Amino acid sequence: MTLTRRKLVASVAVGAAFMQAAPRLARAQAANTIRIGVLNDQSGLYSYIGGVNGVALARAAAEEFGNRGFNVEVLAADHQNKPDVGSNIARQWIDRDGVDMILDVPTSSVGLAVNQVCRERNKAYINVGSATSDLTGAQCAPTTCHWVYDTYMLAKSTGGATVRAGGDTWFFITADYAFGHALERDTSNFVRAAGGRILGGVRTPFPGTTDFSSFLLQAQASRAKVIGLANAGQDTTNCIKQAAEFGLTRRGVKLAALLMFVDDVHALGLQTAQGLVMTESFYWDLNDRTRAFTQRVRGRLTNNQPPNMVTAGNYSAVLHYLKAVADMGVAQAKASGVEVINRMKAMPTEDDAFGTGRIRPDGRRIIPSFLFEVKKPEESRGPWDYLKLLQTTPAEEAFRPLAEGGCPLVRS
Amino acid sequence: MDEIFGIPAPLLFGQLLLGLINGAFYAMLSLGLAVIFGLLNIVNMTHGALFMMGAFAAWMLLNYLGLGYWWAMLIAPLAIGAFGMVLEKLFISRLYKLDHLYGLLLTFGLALVIEGVFRNYYGSSGLPYRIPSELQGAWDLGFMFMPVYRGWVVVAALFFCLATWLVIEKTRLGAYLRAATENAPLVQAFGVNVPRMVTLTYGGGVALAALAGVLAAPIYSVNPQMGTNLIIVVFAVVVIGGMGSILGSVITGFTLGLIEGLTKVFWPEASATVIFVIMAIVLLARPAGLFGRA
Repeated sequence: MTLTRRKLVASVAVGAAFMQAAPRLARAQAANTIRIGVLNDQSGLYSYIGGVNGVALARAAAEEFGNRGFNVEVLAADHQNKPDVGSNIARQWIDRDGVDMILDVPTSSVGLAVNQVCRERNKAYINVGSATSDLTGAQCAPTTCHWVYDTYMLAKSTGGATVRAGGDTWFFITADYAFGHALERDTSNFVRAAGGRILGGVRTPFPGTTDFSSFLLQAQASRAKVIGLANAGQDTTNCIKQAAEFGLTRRGVKLAALLMFVDDVHALGLQTAQGLVMTESFYWDLNDRTRAFTQRVRGRLTNNQPPNMVTAGNYSAVLHYLKAVADMGVAQAKASGVEVINRMKAMPTEDDAFGTGRIRPDGRRIIPSFLFEVKKPEESRGPWDYLKLLQTTPAEEAFRPLAEGGCPLVRS
Repeated sequence: MDEIFGIPAPLLFGQLLLGLINGAFYAMLSLGLAVIFGLLNIVNMTHGALFMMGAFAAWMLLNYLGLGYWWAMLIAPLAIGAFGMVLEKLFISRLYKLDHLYGLLLTFGLALVIEGVFRNYYGSSGLPYRIPSELQGAWDLGFMFMPVYRGWVVVAALFFCLATWLVIEKTRLGAYLRAATENAPLVQAFGVNVPRMVTLTYGGGVALAALAGVLAAPIYSVNPQMGTNLIIVVFAVVVIGGMGSILGSVITGFTLGLIEGLTKVFWPEASATVIFVIMAIVLLARPAGLFGRA
């Protein structure tokens, strides 16, 4: 077929007309749709914490909320634990795809990078997966809420309990990036304040370390009573396994796994994990409401597993965000991230997973934290029955006092 | 306490021993890669995924069929090796005449697919696999606690490396293989079925990876990413040793394990990078690798 000049002109004109019309159509629909972007690790070492399950529970919340005069759409992307990848996706979502709120974002280095993007673009940002307490401290933003936990809360609960139990000399094995540094810093403060001493530490490359035995031997050589694991995910489970293998735990060295999820216990098996203490703000078997919530949603998760602190957090965050949007109207919510977050701060949070809470001016959501001990194999009554509650820290005491974080929003 | 460079001597010895253990894994994996590259000219990026499949095979045999570690040592390499041969016949054999890059892309893609499938069915948090009862416990060496299982890994890896080297260097089959890499049409003209031999070689290399996976299962958690973490380092080992050099990859595997172990004492933050620094230096000074022929 030969292409005549007339055909060429005609086809270009038709194409141009479509290109003009398409965005207008999309824009008309978009005006009444709230877009939520779940940005997390979907393939790497933290993917089991949130990953596709985090997306599934964000969608569950949107469905439960229903259509109250506007549509909700949940998008998802994999940030591969790389800050540059994460902030590129966030920019693209906001600038091109009309995303109104970014959710989850584990891996503190990525979490902090996306925090900057959302502040610049005035978009709501609810961080669930990252741990660093800097999100509500030096780097706090009027567009940000930090939802279920942070390094201060973990340090206070797990670190404090360990020192009280006699573990007064510490050696840290720290993942060498923002999260590990923050967790080590916050825990060290509690250890020192309680009269304990820090004897040393190693910073392990992240990601990419699978063998921790040499670091564990260094920890043992320091003669510290406690090895503080300022890492997460497979780094933590590998450390615990290898510490048992090299006889550290048998020689009386205590491990303080400062951030552990119930999924880590599942991966280790109760035989290896028994007796460890860990801190969470959600456990599926905590009370009637959490059990009912778990029953309702677990069919959506991989292998029918119960939700953990982060996936439950995504659920609860979407619910509260949508309540605020419904309250203020879609047009206003789309116009300003700061306004949505302010509205969220003005309303108490309320859901089955975390009960009642509130959001402080620095963006920190205030909820109780729970110290658990991993059950012995004979104590477990069924699949995923792993934890027993040791102690509850009330909501108002669980997190860093508002004045101590150094958040500029608080001073003004 | 005696000190060497400001480090207590017991700690240093401990680190050297640990380096040797990690080196054992590097050696076993890079050996398989070197065999495949040397004889097939394929940069096999699926190697990490096949290593992971070996570990998963051990887990599945235990949890679905009740077959323990020793059966896994036998069955996993055979099963994964057979799977490798299917891959070779279906996909890889079509690329021998093309540039290396095509093979690299294909095997990389296959690795992503395999990992994705395992992640879909088993999640990525990892599954526990216990050390077999015969190999539990530890020896107290004075300067460190040496788990029996880790000692077994070094012995087993050395044995399999040596066996592979003997097969390739000292047997008739090995002679055919080496001849086929030099001049395949000529060897075929003598009546040797070269394509079948190539398939078997690929299967053999894959079986080595699966065997390393079984050895690794009780030490690391069995999870879909376990191969991805190792494969890049192992490639660096192969490049340093000299692509295709069998003995070179074994020696380099153990040596780099040692160097990495020492780095973990003196400068922990650099321990993930040191192998690549060495690779860069070796490539500058001896582009064919330490044991390679230019």
